[in-house]
Amino acid sequence: MHGLISKSIQCFLNDTYGEDLWMRIAARAGLRRDHIFEPLLHYDDSVTEAVVVAALGELGRTRDVLFEDLGTFLASREALRRLLRFGGGDYLDFLLSLEELPGRGCLTLPDLDLPGLTLCDGGAGHFLLLVESAVADWTPVMAGLLRAMADDYGALVLIETVDDGQEVRDKISISLLEARYAEGRRFDLAAAPVSSANLTLTRVG
Amino acid sequence: MSSEPSRKDACPEECIGMAPDTMGHLMPMYLMIAADGRVMALGPTLAKIIGKDICGQPFEAIFQPRRGWWEVADDAPPDPESLRLGAWRIKAGRRIHLSLRAHPEITLRGSAIARAQDDGVLMNLTFGVHLAQAVRDFALTDDDFAPSDLAMELLYLQEAKELVMGELRALNHRLEQARARAIGEAMTDALTGLANRRAFDTALEQSLESSFAGGAPFALAHLDLDHFKAVNDTLGHAAGDRVLEVVGQILREETRKGDLVARVGGDEFIMLLRGPLDYARISKMGERIIARLEEPVPFEGQECRISGSIGVVLSMNYLRPDAQGMLADADAALYNSKREGRARCTIVKQAVMP
Repeated sequence: MHGLISKSIQCFLNDTYGEDLWMRIAARAGLRRDHIFEPLLHYDDSVTEAVVVAALGELGRTRDVLFEDLGTFLASREALRRLLRFGGGDYLDFLLSLEELPGRGCLTLPDLDLPGLTLCDGGAGHFLLLVESAVADWTPVMAGLLRAMADDYGALVLIETVDDGQEVRDKISISLLEARYAEGRRFDLAAAPVSSANLTLTRVG
Repeated sequence: MSSEPSRKDACPEECIGMAPDTMGHLMPMYLMIAADGRVMALGPTLAKIIGKDICGQPFEAIFQPRRGWWEVADDAPPDPESLRLGAWRIKAGRRIHLSLRAHPEITLRGSAIARAQDDGVLMNLTFGVHLAQAVRDFALTDDDFAPSDLAMELLYLQEAKELVMGELRALNHRLEQARARAIGEAMTDALTGLANRRAFDTALEQSLESSFAGGAPFALAHLDLDHFKAVNDTLGHAAGDRVLEVVGQILREETRKGDLVARVGGDEFIMLLRGPLDYARISKMGERIIARLEEPVPFEGQECRISGSIGVVLSMNYLRPDAQGMLADADAALYNSKREGRARCTIVKQAVMP
Protein backbone atom coordinates (compact mmCIF):
# COMPACT_ATOMS: atom_id res chain seq x y z
CA MET A 1 0.00 0.00 0.00
CA HIS A 2 1.18 3.49 -0.80
CA GLY A 3 2.69 5.16 2.25
CA LEU A 4 0.62 8.29 1.61
CA ILE A 5 -2.51 6.29 2.39
CA SER A 6 -0.97 4.62 5.43
CA LYS A 7 0.29 7.96 6.69
CA SER A 8 -3.08 9.61 6.06
CA ILE A 9 -4.67 6.99 8.31
CA GLN A 10 -2.03 7.60 10.95
CA CYS A 11 -2.48 11.39 10.78
CA PHE A 12 -6.23 11.05 10.92
CA LEU A 13 -6.09 8.90 14.05
CA ASN A 14 -3.38 10.98 15.69
CA ASP A 15 -4.92 14.39 14.94
CA THR A 16 -8.52 13.39 15.61
CA TYR A 17 -8.14 11.24 18.72
CA GLY A 18 -4.86 12.42 20.14
CA GLU A 19 -1.35 11.09 20.47
CA ASP A 20 -2.10 8.83 23.44
CA LEU A 21 -4.70 6.94 21.50
CA TRP A 22 -2.40 6.69 18.50
CA MET A 23 0.30 5.19 20.74
CA ARG A 24 -2.17 2.59 22.01
CA ILE A 25 -3.23 1.77 18.46
CA ALA A 26 0.41 1.52 17.35
CA ALA A 27 1.23 -0.78 20.26
CA ARG A 28 -1.83 -2.91 19.52
CA ALA A 29 -0.85 -3.09 15.86
CA GLY A 30 2.66 -4.19 16.81
CA LEU A 31 4.37 -0.98 15.66
CA ARG A 32 7.04 0.98 17.50
CA ARG A 33 5.68 3.87 19.54
CA ASP A 34 7.49 6.37 17.35
CA HIS A 35 6.59 4.67 14.08
CA ILE A 36 5.86 7.10 11.28
CA PHE A 37 4.62 5.98 7.90
CA GLU A 38 6.68 7.65 5.19
CA PRO A 39 4.27 9.11 2.63
CA LEU A 40 6.46 8.37 -0.38
CA LEU A 41 7.39 4.80 0.46
CA HIS A 42 5.34 1.63 0.20
CA TYR A 43 4.25 -0.64 3.03
CA ASP A 44 2.84 -4.10 3.11
CA ASP A 45 -0.97 -4.00 3.20
CA SER A 46 -0.94 -6.09 6.36
CA VAL A 47 0.79 -3.31 8.33
CA THR A 48 -1.89 -0.75 7.53
CA GLU A 49 -4.64 -3.32 8.04
CA ALA A 50 -3.25 -4.04 11.51
CA VAL A 51 -3.48 -0.32 12.30
CA VAL A 52 -7.09 -0.20 11.08
CA VAL A 53 -8.09 -3.27 13.10
CA ALA A 54 -6.37 -1.85 16.19
CA ALA A 55 -8.13 1.49 15.71
CA LEU A 56 -11.52 -0.19 15.36
CA GLY A 57 -10.83 -2.05 18.59
CA GLU A 58 -9.74 1.07 20.46
CA LEU A 59 -12.52 3.29 19.15
CA GLY A 60 -15.34 0.74 19.08
CA ARG A 61 -16.54 1.96 15.72
CA THR A 62 -17.69 0.22 12.59
CA ARG A 63 -15.30 0.10 9.70
CA ASP A 64 -17.54 2.21 7.47
CA VAL A 65 -17.89 4.99 10.03
CA LEU A 66 -14.12 5.08 10.58
CA PHE A 67 -13.42 5.37 6.86
CA GLU A 68 -16.15 7.99 6.31
CA ASP A 69 -14.49 10.05 9.03
CA LEU A 70 -11.16 9.53 7.29
CA GLY A 71 -12.65 10.89 4.05
CA THR A 72 -13.98 13.95 5.87
CA PHE A 73 -10.64 14.46 7.57
CA LEU A 74 -8.73 14.26 4.28
CA ALA A 75 -10.93 16.84 2.57
CA SER A 76 -10.40 19.19 5.50
CA ARG A 77 -6.60 19.20 5.08
CA GLU A 78 -5.86 22.49 3.36
CA ALA A 79 -3.37 21.07 0.85
CA LEU A 80 -5.66 18.27 -0.25
CA ARG A 81 -8.75 20.48 -0.15
CA ARG A 82 -7.03 22.85 -2.57
CA LEU A 83 -6.08 20.06 -4.93
CA LEU A 84 -9.69 18.83 -4.88
CA ARG A 85 -11.02 22.33 -5.51
CA PHE A 86 -9.14 22.40 -8.82
CA GLY A 87 -11.86 19.99 -9.90
CA GLY A 88 -14.35 22.76 -10.60
CA GLY A 89 -15.71 26.19 -9.81
CA ASP A 90 -18.85 24.86 -8.10
CA TYR A 91 -19.99 21.58 -6.59
CA LEU A 92 -21.69 20.43 -9.78
CA ASP A 93 -18.49 20.98 -11.76
CA PHE A 94 -16.65 19.21 -8.98
CA LEU A 95 -18.99 16.19 -9.23
CA LEU A 96 -18.63 16.13 -13.00
CA SER A 97 -14.85 16.16 -12.68
CA LEU A 98 -14.76 13.23 -10.23
CA GLU A 99 -14.07 10.75 -13.02
CA GLU A 100 -10.83 12.66 -13.66
CA LEU A 101 -9.78 12.36 -10.02
CA PRO A 102 -7.80 9.08 -10.40
CA GLY A 103 -6.09 10.59 -13.45
CA ARG A 104 -5.17 13.69 -11.47
CA GLY A 105 -3.86 11.52 -8.67
CA CYS A 106 -1.80 9.64 -11.23
CA LEU A 107 -0.38 12.93 -12.57
CA THR A 108 0.86 13.68 -9.06
CA LEU A 109 1.96 10.26 -7.84
CA PRO A 110 1.94 7.66 -10.62
CA ASP A 111 2.15 4.82 -8.09
CA LEU A 112 -0.81 6.00 -6.02
CA ASP A 113 -3.55 3.47 -6.69
CA LEU A 114 -6.78 5.46 -6.49
CA PRO A 115 -10.15 3.80 -7.18
CA GLY A 116 -11.84 4.11 -10.54
CA LEU A 117 -14.77 6.53 -10.34
CA THR A 118 -17.81 6.57 -12.63
CA LEU A 119 -20.53 9.17 -12.20
CA CYS A 120 -24.03 8.35 -13.47
CA ASP A 121 -26.33 11.34 -13.88
CA GLY A 122 -29.87 10.33 -12.88
CA GLY A 123 -31.27 13.77 -13.66
CA ALA A 124 -32.84 16.37 -11.34
CA GLY A 125 -29.62 16.66 -9.34
CA HIS A 126 -29.41 12.94 -8.54
CA PHE A 127 -26.16 11.13 -9.19
CA LEU A 128 -24.77 7.70 -8.53
CA LEU A 129 -21.03 7.36 -8.05
CA LEU A 130 -19.54 3.95 -8.74
CA VAL A 131 -16.32 3.34 -6.81
CA GLU A 132 -14.25 0.54 -8.30
CA SER A 133 -11.34 -0.75 -6.28
CA ALA A 134 -10.03 -3.96 -4.79
CA VAL A 135 -10.14 -2.07 -1.49
CA ALA A 136 -13.80 -1.74 -0.50
CA ASP A 137 -12.98 0.93 2.11
CA TRP A 138 -12.68 3.50 -0.67
CA THR A 139 -16.48 3.78 -0.86
CA PRO A 140 -16.97 5.18 2.66
CA VAL A 141 -13.82 7.30 2.26
CA MET A 142 -15.29 8.86 -0.89
CA ALA A 143 -18.65 9.40 0.84
CA GLY A 144 -16.97 11.28 3.69
CA LEU A 145 -14.83 13.24 1.27
CA LEU A 146 -17.81 14.23 -0.91
CA ARG A 147 -19.72 15.40 2.18
CA ALA A 148 -16.83 17.55 3.38
CA MET A 149 -16.35 19.02 -0.09
CA ALA A 150 -20.06 19.89 -0.22
CA ASP A 151 -19.51 22.01 2.89
CA ASP A 152 -16.42 23.47 1.33
CA TYR A 153 -18.33 24.58 -1.75
CA GLY A 154 -21.33 25.67 0.33
CA ALA A 155 -23.62 23.18 -1.42
CA LEU A 156 -26.58 21.41 0.16
CA VAL A 157 -26.16 17.75 -0.73
CA LEU A 158 -27.44 14.40 0.53
CA ILE A 159 -24.81 11.69 0.32
CA GLU A 160 -25.25 8.05 1.23
CA THR A 161 -23.54 4.80 0.45
CA VAL A 162 -26.07 2.55 -1.29
CA ASP A 163 -27.03 -0.71 0.37
CA ASP A 164 -28.17 -2.78 -2.59
CA GLY A 165 -27.85 -6.09 -0.82
CA GLN A 166 -24.51 -6.91 -2.42
CA GLU A 167 -21.59 -7.94 -0.33
CA VAL A 168 -19.42 -5.02 -1.41
CA ARG A 169 -20.93 -1.57 -1.23
CA ASP A 170 -19.48 0.27 -4.18
CA LYS A 171 -22.14 2.91 -4.91
CA ILE A 172 -22.75 6.33 -3.42
CA SER A 173 -25.98 8.20 -4.04
CA ILE A 174 -25.60 11.96 -4.31
CA SER A 175 -28.56 14.35 -4.32
CA LEU A 176 -27.57 17.90 -5.06
CA LEU A 177 -30.37 19.94 -3.48
CA GLU A 178 -28.82 23.36 -3.80
CA ALA A 179 -25.44 24.12 -5.37
CA ARG A 180 -25.06 27.46 -3.58
CA TYR A 181 -26.79 26.92 -0.27
CA ALA A 182 -24.24 28.60 1.97
CA GLU A 183 -21.12 30.64 1.69
CA GLY A 184 -18.42 28.10 0.84
CA ARG A 185 -14.81 28.35 1.81
CA ARG A 186 -12.59 30.60 -0.22
CA PHE A 187 -10.45 29.16 -2.98
CA ASP A 188 -7.92 31.30 -4.85
CA LEU A 189 -6.31 29.63 -7.81
CA ALA A 190 -2.99 31.15 -6.81
CA ALA A 191 -1.53 29.01 -4.07
CA ALA A 192 -0.55 30.35 -0.71
CA PRO A 193 3.16 30.04 0.05
CA VAL A 194 3.86 26.35 0.43
CA SER A 195 7.15 26.46 2.29
CA SER A 196 5.85 24.45 5.21
CA ALA A 197 3.09 22.60 3.41
CA ASN A 198 3.16 18.91 2.86
CA LEU A 199 0.68 16.48 1.48
CA THR A 200 -0.66 15.50 4.85
CA LEU A 201 -0.20 18.75 6.80
CA THR A 202 -0.05 17.41 10.25
CA ARG A 203 1.87 17.29 13.47
CA VAL A 204 3.01 13.76 12.86
CA GLY A 205 6.47 13.53 11.35
CA MET B 1 -4.41 26.29 -30.52
CA SER B 2 -3.15 28.11 -33.59
CA SER B 3 -5.41 28.33 -36.61
CA GLU B 4 -3.57 27.18 -39.64
CA PRO B 5 -4.24 29.22 -42.75
CA SER B 6 -5.07 26.06 -44.69
CA ARG B 7 -8.03 25.43 -42.41
CA LYS B 8 -9.64 28.68 -43.48
CA ASP B 9 -11.45 27.03 -46.35
CA ALA B 10 -13.12 24.52 -44.07
CA CYS B 11 -14.25 27.23 -41.68
CA PRO B 12 -17.27 29.39 -42.50
CA GLU B 13 -16.27 33.00 -42.85
CA GLU B 14 -18.71 34.14 -40.20
CA CYS B 15 -16.74 32.30 -37.56
CA ILE B 16 -14.21 35.05 -37.54
CA GLY B 17 -16.93 37.64 -37.49
CA MET B 18 -18.92 35.97 -34.70
CA ALA B 19 -20.41 37.81 -31.77
CA PRO B 20 -17.65 39.06 -29.41
CA ASP B 21 -19.19 37.22 -26.43
CA THR B 22 -19.08 33.92 -28.26
CA MET B 23 -15.55 34.49 -29.36
CA GLY B 24 -14.60 35.59 -25.83
CA HIS B 25 -16.04 32.37 -24.47
CA LEU B 26 -13.93 30.23 -26.77
CA MET B 27 -10.87 32.47 -26.64
CA PRO B 28 -10.92 34.63 -23.49
CA MET B 29 -7.56 36.06 -24.51
CA TYR B 30 -8.21 36.95 -28.13
CA LEU B 31 -6.95 40.24 -29.49
CA MET B 32 -8.16 41.86 -32.69
CA ILE B 33 -5.87 44.45 -34.24
CA ALA B 34 -6.56 46.56 -37.32
CA ALA B 35 -3.99 46.88 -40.11
CA ASP B 36 -3.07 50.33 -38.81
CA GLY B 37 -2.04 48.76 -35.50
CA ARG B 38 -5.02 49.90 -33.41
CA VAL B 39 -6.74 47.52 -31.02
CA MET B 40 -10.24 46.69 -32.32
CA ALA B 41 -11.48 44.22 -29.71
CA LEU B 42 -10.20 41.91 -27.00
CA GLY B 43 -11.34 38.93 -24.95
CA PRO B 44 -12.64 39.22 -21.37
CA THR B 45 -9.55 37.81 -19.65
CA LEU B 46 -7.24 40.10 -21.56
CA ALA B 47 -9.60 43.00 -20.75
CA LYS B 48 -9.41 42.01 -17.09
CA ILE B 49 -5.67 42.39 -16.99
CA ILE B 50 -5.13 45.42 -19.24
CA GLY B 51 -8.49 47.21 -19.15
CA LYS B 52 -11.45 47.35 -21.53
CA ASP B 53 -10.86 50.94 -22.60
CA ILE B 54 -7.84 50.21 -24.76
CA CYS B 55 -9.89 49.79 -27.93
CA GLY B 56 -8.75 52.32 -30.49
CA GLN B 57 -5.30 52.68 -28.98
CA PRO B 58 -2.19 51.51 -30.85
CA PHE B 59 -1.39 47.99 -29.63
CA GLU B 60 2.22 49.05 -29.09
CA ALA B 61 1.11 51.30 -26.25
CA ILE B 62 0.08 48.21 -24.29
CA PHE B 63 2.23 45.41 -25.69
CA GLN B 64 5.91 45.10 -26.37
CA PRO B 65 6.49 42.89 -29.43
CA ARG B 66 9.00 40.12 -28.70
CA ARG B 67 9.89 37.07 -30.73
CA GLY B 68 8.23 36.59 -34.12
CA TRP B 69 7.72 40.31 -34.86
CA TRP B 70 9.66 42.60 -37.14
CA GLU B 71 9.38 46.28 -37.92
CA VAL B 72 9.34 47.69 -41.47
CA ALA B 73 9.87 51.18 -42.84
CA ASP B 74 6.83 53.23 -43.94
CA ASP B 75 7.79 53.00 -47.60
CA ALA B 76 8.42 49.25 -47.59
CA PRO B 77 6.69 47.40 -50.43
CA PRO B 78 3.60 45.40 -49.38
CA ASP B 79 4.37 41.79 -48.46
CA PRO B 80 1.44 39.40 -49.03
CA GLU B 81 3.23 36.74 -46.97
CA SER B 82 2.95 38.62 -43.70
CA LEU B 83 0.26 40.27 -41.58
CA ARG B 84 0.40 44.05 -41.12
CA LEU B 85 -0.08 45.71 -37.72
CA GLY B 86 1.00 49.33 -38.16
CA ALA B 87 4.78 49.33 -38.57
CA TRP B 88 5.01 45.72 -37.35
CA ARG B 89 4.75 42.48 -39.28
CA ILE B 90 4.15 38.90 -38.20
CA LYS B 91 3.66 35.64 -40.04
CA ALA B 92 0.16 34.15 -40.06
CA GLY B 93 -0.14 31.00 -37.98
CA ARG B 94 3.37 31.26 -36.58
CA ARG B 95 4.17 31.40 -32.90
CA ILE B 96 4.65 34.93 -31.61
CA HIS B 97 5.53 36.39 -28.22
CA LEU B 98 4.67 39.74 -26.73
CA SER B 99 4.93 41.13 -23.22
CA LEU B 100 2.72 43.51 -21.30
CA ARG B 101 4.26 46.95 -20.96
CA ALA B 102 2.76 47.29 -17.48
CA HIS B 103 4.12 43.83 -16.51
CA PRO B 104 7.24 43.25 -18.59
CA GLU B 105 7.97 40.01 -16.70
CA ILE B 106 4.84 38.40 -18.11
CA THR B 107 5.24 37.24 -21.69
CA LEU B 108 2.22 36.11 -23.66
CA ARG B 109 2.43 33.55 -26.42
CA GLY B 110 0.09 32.99 -29.31
CA SER B 111 -0.51 33.12 -33.00
CA ALA B 112 -2.53 35.25 -35.39
CA ILE B 113 -4.55 34.88 -38.58
CA ALA B 114 -5.86 37.41 -41.05
CA ARG B 115 -9.51 38.41 -40.63
CA ALA B 116 -11.59 37.43 -43.61
CA GLN B 117 -13.77 40.54 -43.76
CA ASP B 118 -11.08 43.24 -43.55
CA ASP B 119 -7.28 43.36 -43.42
CA GLY B 120 -7.20 43.22 -39.62
CA VAL B 121 -5.65 40.45 -37.55
CA LEU B 122 -7.15 38.03 -35.03
CA MET B 123 -4.75 36.82 -32.40
CA ASN B 124 -5.21 34.18 -29.69
CA LEU B 125 -2.93 34.45 -26.68
CA THR B 126 -1.96 32.38 -23.63
CA PHE B 127 0.17 32.91 -20.53
CA GLY B 128 2.41 29.94 -21.22
CA VAL B 129 4.90 29.33 -18.42
CA HIS B 130 3.90 32.60 -16.71
CA LEU B 131 0.49 31.17 -15.91
CA ALA B 132 0.88 30.87 -12.14
CA GLN B 133 2.29 34.36 -11.81
CA ALA B 134 -0.47 35.82 -13.96
CA VAL B 135 -3.12 34.01 -11.91
CA ARG B 136 -1.62 35.51 -8.76
CA ASP B 137 -0.98 39.02 -10.10
CA PHE B 138 -4.36 39.41 -11.79
CA ALA B 139 -6.46 37.30 -9.37
CA LEU B 140 -7.68 35.11 -12.21
CA THR B 141 -10.27 32.41 -11.62
CA ASP B 142 -11.49 29.24 -13.30
CA ASP B 143 -13.95 31.35 -15.32
CA ASP B 144 -11.16 33.38 -16.90
CA PHE B 145 -9.97 30.38 -18.86
CA ALA B 146 -11.64 28.55 -21.72
CA PRO B 147 -13.02 25.18 -20.61
CA SER B 148 -10.69 23.55 -23.13
CA ASP B 149 -7.67 25.32 -21.66
CA LEU B 150 -5.21 23.17 -19.69
CA ALA B 151 -4.58 26.04 -17.27
CA MET B 152 -6.36 24.28 -14.39
CA GLU B 153 -4.36 21.11 -14.92
CA LEU B 154 -1.13 23.09 -15.03
CA LEU B 155 -1.94 24.98 -11.83
CA TYR B 156 -3.02 21.76 -10.17
CA LEU B 157 0.18 20.02 -11.22
CA GLN B 158 2.36 22.88 -10.08
CA GLU B 159 0.76 22.82 -6.65
CA ALA B 160 0.77 19.03 -6.39
CA LYS B 161 4.41 18.91 -7.50
CA GLU B 162 5.33 21.46 -4.85
CA LEU B 163 3.67 19.30 -2.19
CA VAL B 164 5.40 16.13 -3.36
CA MET B 165 8.72 17.98 -3.42
CA GLY B 166 8.04 19.15 0.12
CA GLU B 167 7.43 15.56 1.19
CA LEU B 168 10.58 14.46 -0.57
CA ARG B 169 12.62 17.15 1.13
CA ALA B 170 11.17 16.14 4.49
CA LEU B 171 11.87 12.47 3.78
CA ASN B 172 15.44 13.24 2.77
CA HIS B 173 15.90 15.28 5.90
CA ARG B 174 14.63 12.46 8.11
CA LEU B 175 16.77 9.90 6.29
CA GLU B 176 19.83 12.12 6.61
CA GLN B 177 19.23 12.53 10.34
CA ALA B 178 18.75 8.79 10.76
CA ARG B 179 21.91 8.14 8.76
CA ALA B 180 23.93 10.59 10.86
CA ARG B 181 22.57 8.99 14.04
CA ALA B 182 23.37 5.49 12.80
CA ILE B 183 26.88 6.49 11.82
CA GLY B 184 27.37 8.23 15.17
CA GLU B 185 26.18 5.16 17.04
CA ALA B 186 28.35 2.86 14.95
CA MET B 187 31.43 5.00 15.58
CA THR B 188 30.97 5.80 19.26
CA ASP B 189 31.81 3.97 22.46
CA ALA B 190 28.51 4.05 24.31
CA LEU B 191 29.97 4.31 27.84
CA THR B 192 32.49 7.12 27.40
CA GLY B 193 31.11 8.84 24.30
CA LEU B 194 34.62 8.58 22.81
CA ALA B 195 35.27 7.22 19.34
CA ASN B 196 35.37 3.42 19.09
CA ARG B 197 37.89 1.17 17.38
CA ARG B 198 36.14 1.42 14.02
CA ALA B 199 36.10 5.22 14.10
CA PHE B 200 39.74 5.24 15.17
CA ASP B 201 40.82 2.93 12.33
CA THR B 202 39.02 5.14 9.81
CA ALA B 203 40.58 8.30 11.22
CA LEU B 204 44.05 6.73 11.28
CA GLU B 205 43.72 5.67 7.62
CA GLN B 206 42.71 9.21 6.72
CA SER B 207 45.67 10.69 8.61
CA LEU B 208 48.05 8.26 6.91
CA GLU B 209 46.67 9.11 3.47
CA SER B 210 46.91 12.77 4.27
CA SER B 211 50.54 12.48 5.41
CA PHE B 212 51.43 10.54 2.23
CA ALA B 213 49.94 13.37 0.26
CA GLY B 214 52.23 15.81 2.03
CA GLY B 215 49.72 16.73 4.71
CA ALA B 216 50.38 17.32 8.40
CA PRO B 217 52.25 14.73 10.50
CA PHE B 218 50.48 13.18 13.46
CA ALA B 219 51.18 11.17 16.59
CA LEU B 220 49.62 8.10 18.14
CA ALA B 221 49.46 7.98 21.94
CA HIS B 222 48.50 4.60 23.34
CA LEU B 223 47.22 4.71 26.92
CA ASP B 224 46.62 1.72 29.16
CA LEU B 225 45.15 2.29 32.62
CA ASP B 226 47.12 1.03 35.61
CA HIS B 227 45.34 -0.66 38.54
CA PHE B 228 42.02 -0.54 36.72
CA LYS B 229 41.44 -4.27 37.20
CA ALA B 230 41.79 -3.78 40.95
CA VAL B 231 39.03 -1.16 40.95
CA ASN B 232 36.78 -3.48 39.01
CA ASP B 233 37.55 -6.45 41.25
CA THR B 234 37.22 -4.70 44.60
CA LEU B 235 34.58 -2.01 43.98
CA GLY B 236 32.61 -3.64 41.18
CA HIS B 237 31.86 -2.94 37.54
CA ALA B 238 29.77 0.14 38.29
CA ALA B 239 32.82 1.76 39.89
CA GLY B 240 34.91 0.67 36.91
CA ASP B 241 32.40 2.22 34.53
CA ARG B 242 32.46 5.45 36.51
CA VAL B 243 36.25 5.54 36.29
CA LEU B 244 36.14 4.98 32.52
CA GLU B 245 33.69 7.88 32.15
CA VAL B 246 36.04 10.14 34.10
CA VAL B 247 39.01 8.98 32.01
CA GLY B 248 37.06 9.78 28.85
CA GLN B 249 36.36 13.25 30.21
CA ILE B 250 40.03 13.85 31.10
CA LEU B 251 41.28 12.72 27.70
CA ARG B 252 38.78 14.91 25.93
CA GLU B 253 39.85 17.91 27.98
CA GLU B 254 43.59 17.29 27.61
CA THR B 255 43.55 16.88 23.83
CA ARG B 256 42.96 19.51 21.19
CA LYS B 257 39.92 20.01 19.05
CA GLY B 258 41.37 18.32 15.96
CA ASP B 259 42.57 15.29 17.92
CA LEU B 260 40.64 12.05 18.13
CA VAL B 261 40.34 10.04 21.34
CA ALA B 262 39.18 6.45 21.05
CA ARG B 263 38.48 3.73 23.56
CA VAL B 264 39.82 0.63 21.83
CA GLY B 265 39.64 -1.96 24.60
CA GLY B 266 38.38 -2.45 28.16
CA ASP B 267 40.86 0.03 29.66
CA GLU B 268 42.84 0.90 26.55
CA PHE B 269 42.71 4.23 24.78
CA ILE B 270 44.41 5.67 21.72
CA MET B 271 44.76 9.34 20.98
CA LEU B 272 45.34 10.44 17.42
CA LEU B 273 47.09 13.77 17.84
CA ARG B 274 46.89 16.08 14.87
CA GLY B 275 48.16 19.60 14.40
CA PRO B 276 51.61 21.02 15.31
CA LEU B 277 53.69 18.47 17.26
CA ASP B 278 56.87 18.54 19.31
CA TYR B 279 58.29 16.17 21.90
CA ALA B 280 58.09 18.68 24.71
CA ARG B 281 54.42 19.40 24.15
CA ILE B 282 53.53 15.70 23.88
CA SER B 283 55.57 14.90 26.95
CA LYS B 284 53.82 17.64 28.95
CA MET B 285 50.46 16.43 27.78
CA GLY B 286 51.33 12.87 28.84
CA GLU B 287 52.39 14.03 32.29
CA ARG B 288 49.27 16.11 32.71
CA ILE B 289 47.04 13.20 31.72
CA ILE B 290 48.77 10.81 34.12
CA ALA B 291 48.58 13.35 36.96
CA ARG B 292 44.87 13.79 36.43
CA LEU B 293 44.28 10.02 36.12
CA GLU B 294 45.83 9.66 39.56
CA GLU B 295 43.31 11.99 41.16
CA PRO B 296 41.00 9.70 43.15
CA VAL B 297 37.52 9.19 41.67
CA PRO B 298 34.84 9.13 44.39
CA PHE B 299 32.28 6.38 43.98
CA GLU B 300 29.57 5.56 46.55
CA GLY B 301 31.64 6.69 49.49
CA GLN B 302 34.78 4.94 48.24
CA GLU B 303 37.74 6.24 46.30
CA CYS B 304 38.89 4.67 43.07
CA ARG B 305 42.58 5.11 42.43
CA ILE B 306 44.17 4.39 39.10
CA SER B 307 47.02 5.65 36.97
CA GLY B 308 48.06 5.20 33.37
CA SER B 309 51.00 4.31 31.12
CA ILE B 310 51.46 5.87 27.74
CA GLY B 311 53.47 5.10 24.61
CA VAL B 312 53.76 7.60 21.80
CA VAL B 313 54.98 7.37 18.21
CA LEU B 314 55.18 10.15 15.61
CA SER B 315 54.46 9.70 11.92
CA MET B 316 57.35 11.99 10.96
CA ASN B 317 59.81 9.40 12.31
CA TYR B 318 58.72 6.93 9.64
CA LEU B 319 59.87 6.87 6.08
CA ARG B 320 56.61 5.27 5.09
CA PRO B 321 54.31 5.27 8.11
CA ASP B 322 51.71 2.49 8.17
CA ALA B 323 48.94 1.72 10.63
CA GLN B 324 50.18 -1.71 11.72
CA GLY B 325 53.77 -0.62 12.29
CA MET B 326 52.88 2.56 14.16
CA LEU B 327 50.38 0.76 16.39
CA ALA B 328 52.89 -1.99 17.19
CA ASP B 329 55.57 0.58 18.03
CA ALA B 330 53.18 2.61 20.18
CA ASP B 331 52.25 -0.60 21.97
CA ALA B 332 55.93 -1.42 22.53
CA ALA B 333 56.53 2.09 23.91
CA LEU B 334 53.53 1.66 26.21
CA TYR B 335 54.96 -1.59 27.58
CA ASN B 336 58.27 0.13 28.04
CA SER B 337 56.45 2.63 30.32
CA LYS B 338 54.90 -0.27 32.24
CA ARG B 339 58.23 -2.03 32.59
CA GLU B 340 59.86 1.10 33.92
CA GLY B 341 57.38 1.29 36.76
CA ARG B 342 54.15 2.51 35.23
CA ALA B 343 52.60 5.99 35.42
CA ARG B 344 54.88 7.34 32.79
CA CYS B 345 54.91 8.37 29.14
CA THR B 346 57.43 6.94 26.63
CA ILE B 347 57.92 8.80 23.38
CA VAL B 348 59.75 6.98 20.57
CA LYS B 349 62.12 9.66 19.33
CA GLN B 350 64.47 7.95 16.93
CA ALA B 351 63.64 7.44 13.30
CA VAL B 352 62.15 4.06 12.57
CA MET B 353 63.30 2.48 9.36
CA PRO B 354 60.68 0.10 8.13
